[in-house]
Amino acid sequence: MWDYTDKVIDHFLNPRNVGEIEEADGVGEVGSIACGDALRLSFKLDDHGKIAEVKFKTFGCGSAIASSSVLTEMVKGLTLEEAQQITNQQIAEALGGLPQEKMHCSVMGREALEAAINNYRGIDVRHKEEIEGPLVCSCFGVHENLIRKVIRENNLSTVEQVTNYSKAGGGCASCHPRIEEILAEESKQRVARTAKAVPPDAKKRPLTNIQKINMIQDIIDKEIRPPLQKDGGDLELVDIVGDRVLVQLKGACIGCIASNLTIKSHVEAKLKEFVSDAITVEEVHE
Amino acid sequence: MNIVYLDNNATTRIAPEVFEEMKPFLTANYGNPSSMYKFGAVAGAAVKEARGRICSLINCKESELVFTSCGTESDNYAIRGVLDAYPDKKHIITTRVEHPAVLNTVTRMGKRGYKVTLLGVDREGRLNPDELRDALTDDTALVSIMYANNETGVIFPIEKAGEMVKARGIPFHVDAVQAIGKLPIDMEKLPVDLMSFSGHKLHAPKGIGALYIRRGTRIQPFMLGGHQERNRRGGTENVPYIAGLGKACDLARETIAHEQQTVRRLRDKLESGILSTIPGSIRNGHKDDRLPNTSNISFEYIEGEAILLLMDELGICASSGSACTSGALEPSHVLRAMGVPFTLSHGSVRFSLSRYTTEEEIDFVLKELPPIIQRLRNISPYWQESMAGVKKTG
Repeated sequence: MWDYTDKVIDHFLNPRNVGEIEEADGVGEVGSIACGDALRLSFKLDDHGKIAEVKFKTFGCGSAIASSSVLTEMVKGLTLEEAQQITNQQIAEALGGLPQEKMHCSVMGREALEAAINNYRGIDVRHKEEIEGPLVCSCFGVHENLIRKVIRENNLSTVEQVTNYSKAGGGCASCHPRIEEILAEESKQRVARTAKAVPPDAKKRPLTNIQKINMIQDIIDKEIRPPLQKDGGDLELVDIVGDRVLVQLKGACIGCIASNLTIKSHVEAKLKEFVSDAITVEEVHE
Repeated sequence: MNIVYLDNNATTRIAPEVFEEMKPFLTANYGNPSSMYKFGAVAGAAVKEARGRICSLINCKESELVFTSCGTESDNYAIRGVLDAYPDKKHIITTRVEHPAVLNTVTRMGKRGYKVTLLGVDREGRLNPDELRDALTDDTALVSIMYANNETGVIFPIEKAGEMVKARGIPFHVDAVQAIGKLPIDMEKLPVDLMSFSGHKLHAPKGIGALYIRRGTRIQPFMLGGHQERNRRGGTENVPYIAGLGKACDLARETIAHEQQTVRRLRDKLESGILSTIPGSIRNGHKDDRLPNTSNISFEYIEGEAILLLMDELGICASSGSACTSGALEPSHVLRAMGVPFTLSHGSVRFSLSRYTTEEEIDFVLKELPPIIQRLRNISPYWQESMAGVKKTG
C-alpha cells in the first residue's frame, strides 16, 4: 500500500471544488483515459482579475484526485500571474509530500492549470507543438518541454526520476536514450548556470579557494549525490587539499565492489568536467 | 471495523487447524530432522507426514515432491533447473499472462541467449492449444504454462497442452499456485513433469512452497547446500511450515467440493449482482473456464486504485490491475494481453473469495459498491460525457 499522508487521504476522501464551471473563463485539460489519469480544470475570474471560482474533474488514482483538489484551494484568490508561479513541488508539499512514483500527479495538476490559463489567454492549440516541443514519449504523449521543465524544477538526474515525475519512458522504454540525452543537456546547462554565479573575471584568474570549495560542494550536491542516493548510497565531502578532493562514501556505497569505479568514473569525472582538470578524488575511511 | 477479505488470490488467512498443527514445531519440537537422536526424528516424522498429505491431495509419489520457500522459488527452480539439464536446447515457450515469477525468469534467460516464445490469449483470456503446437520445435527445452490465472481466474487446458508437449518429448512445467485446493489435481493423469505450489494461497502460511518433479525428469538443483530433499534442495527443512502446508492440503481434500459449490455460488452472486446493478461494468475473463473463487470486473471511466481506497474505508479488501496500484505506469500485463482496452483496464478490480467468505460479506459489498463507483464517476471528467452520449444515441 502507498504511504499516503493524512492530507492526501483527506483530499481524496473529501475532494474540494469538484465539478465544472459553466461559462468558465479558462478551461484546461491534460492526460487521457489511456494514460491512466486525466484532469479537467476550469476557473472564473473576478473583477480584479483574481481567480474567484475554480473546479476540477479527475480520472485517476487517490493521489491524482488529491493533487487536483489541493491545487484548487491553492489558486483561489490568486491572479493568473501568481497562479502560474505554482510549481509541482508546491502542490506536493501542500499535500505533505507524495510517493516518488506519484509525483507525476502533482505535475498533472500544474499542467492543467497552465493549460487553463493558456486557454483564457487565447493561446491557439494549433501552436501546441511550438509550446510543448517535439514528442518524446509516444506511449504517454509526453513532449520535450515538459520533460525539461520537470528536470529543472525538481533537479532530476535519472531516467527513472523523469518517469516518476512526467510518466515519460514508463511504457515501451524506447525513448530512454532520448531522455538520457535531455538529462545530459540539462545537466550541462545547470552547471553553466552555476558557473555564471561565479564572478565573470574569475574565469580569467584561477579560482579563489573559497570559490573552488563552493563550486565543488555545489557540484557534489547537485550532480554527484542524487544518482548515488537513488541506489541507497551517498557521499560526503571531507576536505579539499589543493586539488585533492577527499570524500567519504556512505550507505550502500560502503563496501560496494564498484566503489572505486564510482569514485573515478563518476565523482572525479564530474569534478574534472565542471571545476578543473587538475582535480583528483580520494576516498577516506573513518 | 470488520474486514471483508476478498483478496484470496493475493494471500489467504491461515486455517486455525493449520496453525494448531504448526505450533508444536514452533515451540517444544524444534529439533532438526537430520539429527541422529529421537528429538530430531520427531521433526523428521512431521515432514514425512506432511509430504504424504500433499502427495495424496495431488496423487503423486513422496519422492516426487520437493519443499521450497514459496511458489516463486518453485518456478525459478523448475525453469532454471530444467534449462541447466538441457544445455544444448535454447528455446523456451510460455505465455504472456504468466505470474512475474515465471515471466521475469524466462526474460532473464532470454537475455542470456535463449529464444523465448510468448503465447498470446484471446479476449476472454483463453489459450489456443494450436498456437502452442505450432510453437514447439526440436530446440525447445521447456514449456511453462500456468494452470489458472491469478488475475482473471481463467483456467488453461493443461491436459491438452501437456499431451502436445509430451508428444514431442519436451519437459512441461505448470505453475499451479492458484489452482491447488480449488481444482482437483491428479498427477497420475496429468501429462505434466513439474508443478509449482505455494502454501499461502490455500490457508497455509507464507514462506512455504513445493515443486512436484515427475520421476525421471532431468533437472539440476537450484538451491545448493546440504543433502536435504534428496540433494535436490539444500537448506534445513522448514518443519513448522511444512507441517502447516501438509495440514492445509489435508483440509483442501475435504473443501474442494465446497469451493466448487458454495464459493462458486457466492462468487456468481457477487458478480451478477455487480454487473446487473452498476452500469458500465464488464467482466474480464471467460465466464465458465474459470476458478470458482475469482471475479475480475472493470468499471468504465474510473481508476482502480481510487476504488480500492474507498472500499478500504469500509474494510473491503480487493486488488486492481490498475497501473497506479503497482507503481508501474501501465495497467496489468494480463488484461493488456487479453486486449482489454485502456479505458477498462485502468478501472479493473479483482475479487477473490475463499471458503471463509460469507453470504453477509457478499451482501455488504453489493450494497456498498454502487455508491463508491458513482462517487468516483461524479469526479471523473468522462462519465457525464459518456452518459450524454448514451442519451443522444438512445
